[in-house]
Amino acid sequence: MSETVHAAVEISNATKVFNPGKPNEVRALDHIDLSIEDASFVSLIGPSGCGKSTLLRLMGALTHPTEGEVAINGKSADQARLDRDYGMAFQTSGLFDWRTVTQNIELPLQLMGWSKSDRKARAAEMLDLVKLSEFGDHYPRELSGGMQQRVSIARALSFRPSLLLMDEPFGALDEMTREHMQTEVLDIWGKTGKTIVFVTHSIPEAVFLSQRVIVMSPRPGRIALDIAVDLGERVFETRESPEFFDKITEVREALRFKGDSE
Amino acid sequence: MIRKVIRGSAPAVVFGIGGLLLWEFAMRFLAPESFVLPPPSEIFVAFIEDFDTIWQATKNTGYIVVTGLIAGVILGVVWALLVSRFRLADETLTPLAISVNAIPIIALAPIFNAWYGTLSPVSNQAIVIILVFFPVFINTTKGLTTVEATELELMRSYAASRWEVTKTVRIPNAMPLFFTSLRIASSLAVIGAIVAEYFGGRQDALGPLIVQNAAFTQYPEAWAAVAAGSMMGIVLYLISGGFEKVAMPWKADVDTAGL
Repeated sequence: MSETVHAAVEISNATKVFNPGKPNEVRALDHIDLSIEDASFVSLIGPSGCGKSTLLRLMGALTHPTEGEVAINGKSADQARLDRDYGMAFQTSGLFDWRTVTQNIELPLQLMGWSKSDRKARAAEMLDLVKLSEFGDHYPRELSGGMQQRVSIARALSFRPSLLLMDEPFGALDEMTREHMQTEVLDIWGKTGKTIVFVTHSIPEAVFLSQRVIVMSPRPGRIALDIAVDLGERVFETRESPEFFDKITEVREALRFKGDSE
Repeated sequence: MIRKVIRGSAPAVVFGIGGLLLWEFAMRFLAPESFVLPPPSEIFVAFIEDFDTIWQATKNTGYIVVTGLIAGVILGVVWALLVSRFRLADETLTPLAISVNAIPIIALAPIFNAWYGTLSPVSNQAIVIILVFFPVFINTTKGLTTVEATELELMRSYAASRWEVTKTVRIPNAMPLFFTSLRIASSLAVIGAIVAEYFGGRQDALGPLIVQNAAFTQYPEAWAAVAAGSMMGIVLYLISGGFEKVAMPWKADVDTAGL
């Protein structure tokens, strides 16, 4: 599409303070600089309260920095939101009970004024992508948690946003479903070439999925370490490889060091 | 399907018939002088003998109930939409609704009769409207406003307008609570109409029929009129439930998919 060489996400010197000036003031993020390349897969990891979700929400223009800049594809985050540059998936699937799976996937398209036949076609394509073609006419509550998350990812991707923001999307799933979903999301990433920013508190999940793991530390939220992960193509055996365990150890050390320094 | 209905209602039918038999037995053998509470068989006979009068009275009261119920529900829903949409409306209309609800509404009946004329149905309709609108208003407002944060954030990420959020998220979210309130309102409407009729309005309605029969110690006839009112309440309740099923297919019984 565009020839510009803007980074997908460019955060400079961003600080976020909740309840400024009040007794319950919290410095959630403190002078964050972060640049995320187009089409990369980046995870944000850290203990609770380290500001990783807040950082993701800054990218999604769901909250605004107290100081500093957030640019998405070379635009302000708000402009990117209005341009529908990003899709979101949360820990709770956020599917609407009263809409069938297909209608849920069609919702953003409907709001964007797509014609009925275009919506149908795209929803079918998305259901195929997340391997739920037979479930289009079901209501969300008839699906398992993992299936619901797949629908929510299909919905987030339906309008082809360039950036996918995911906030612990597999946090509520059991371990086996979770590993399966990780493979799925990597598959989708490979097929679609989106930029994915993924918040998690699972170290193996971050290492398995990402090209880059951003380790954050709490109070105030800072980037403790930016770890590049190069494990090649992820296959079943990747999880059993020594390189995988080395990276896990590296991330754990980064997290532990910060915890012990208090 | 039919078998399912029979199986579903069998306990209630058995329980109901058992209760009536017990009542009949108690009145006939244990308290034979107690004519204040006649046995069900006598009420049934009175119901058949007086059917024309009761049917006419039921139609007249039914008119008050249905028109008052519809107007009250519309008022409650519109009020809820305004309050959930505009802060100023919330700050003014919510306290007003609470104050109106705090009035002992039946106490207004004689006043309304003075306003609209003793034999006018308008005062009875007004009582029903005031009685009905509050539960509808409170429940619908709650449904419109208690939307999950995730759902609102998603809508924000789609750059949806406020009206689109209301239409696609808030209104469907309010449906279960709205229908719960409709069931409550349908019973309240019958109570409100009959009690309001004690004070005025048409004289060939259920309220006056109950009062007159009781005054002449025709208790089976009075109870027959009460039974007609109960049946009206049950029918309205069932109709409300029918609307609910049609309006919310996602709540209907479902076959759970594979996993």
